[in-house]
Amino acid sequence: MEGVVKKFMFVNRKAPYGTIYALESLEVVLISAAFDQDVSLAFLDDGVYQLKKGQQTKGIETKNFSPTYRALDGYDIEKLYVEREALEARGLAEEDLLVDVTVLSRQEMGALMEQMDVVLSF
Amino acid sequence: MLHIINKSASDRNCLDACLAVAAEGGAILLIEDAVYAATRGNAAAAKLQQAQGRLKVYILQADLEARGMADRLIEGVTPVDYGGFVDLAASNTCQSWL
Amino acid sequence: MKFGILVNEGPYQHQAADSAYLFCKAALDRGHEIHRVFFYHDGVNNSSRLTEPPQDDRNIVKRWSQLAEAHQIDLVVCVAAALRRGIKDENLAPGFRISGLGQLVETGIEADRLVTFGD
Repeated sequence: MEGVVKKFMFVNRKAPYGTIYALESLEVVLISAAFDQDVSLAFLDDGVYQLKKGQQTKGIETKNFSPTYRALDGYDIEKLYVEREALEARGLAEEDLLVDVTVLSRQEMGALMEQMDVVLSF
Repeated sequence: MLHIINKSASDRNCLDACLAVAAEGGAILLIEDAVYAATRGNAAAAKLQQAQGRLKVYILQADLEARGMADRLIEGVTPVDYGGFVDLAASNTCQSWL
Repeated sequence: MKFGILVNEGPYQHQAADSAYLFCKAALDRGHEIHRVFFYHDGVNNSSRLTEPPQDDRNIVKRWSQLAEAHQIDLVVCVAAALRRGIKDENLAPGFRISGLGQLVETGIEADRLVTFGD
């Protein structure tokens, strides 16, 4: 296994807080950094809400994990892809997001997925 | 790539999301509640038929039978058993649209 | 071929645990190897030996244990998800072990395919 580098993609399609999936996805992403793999994060559909600026979770007594997305580059995880159509359908633009991302069309996203070895969906 | 869908298309958007993104030449496998989409008269059936030019569509026969829908399968969708599911997964990278 | 399996849903509530089990059985019948089954989120509830389904229902937990014993399959329960839900070593069914998320990433690397079952 030593030296094996696979292309991992974490596909995030769910909004944060309503369910635990967004948080759990981040947990696996952070663990994967320790394995020196080629890691990409894709945000599709409601998953784009995970990256919305200005999340304040005091009122729901839940940890605000959104700052973690900004810390990812410290773990050499720099490939964050966001579906353009998903942003548009939700009234969001790139400047509403709390971290630098690459915006891709659905078609480009599909082509990128085809290059992956392991896809984990949340 | 093998796209695995397990949600009813009348309840959740997983099938739509998959069809929007899936690259040409891939395969879709409908399992669990997703099987209803490939039955005659279902609102999602037309979308599947449109996609058949660029994607191969499979359905897990056991899930179709369990739901009393085996006699309503639309044309162009290939039924597979669990062994067929394994074969599809063996020859493609898998993505489950949860 | 080596398959890694990820189970994200608990037994009985959702079909995912049944689908995952039937997939594993079919893969073994085809001569493939199951590298590991990783239980995550509510999927960790597949591992509780305190489970007591009605007599006329399938015993999902026992089924996993028997499959693991017959084919030496590594059944790994995510530690953080398990502790959140009261799953500990003392109520773990035979064949399961509790470990970290690194085991999921590792099976992604070591198995030829990762197949996910969930909600």
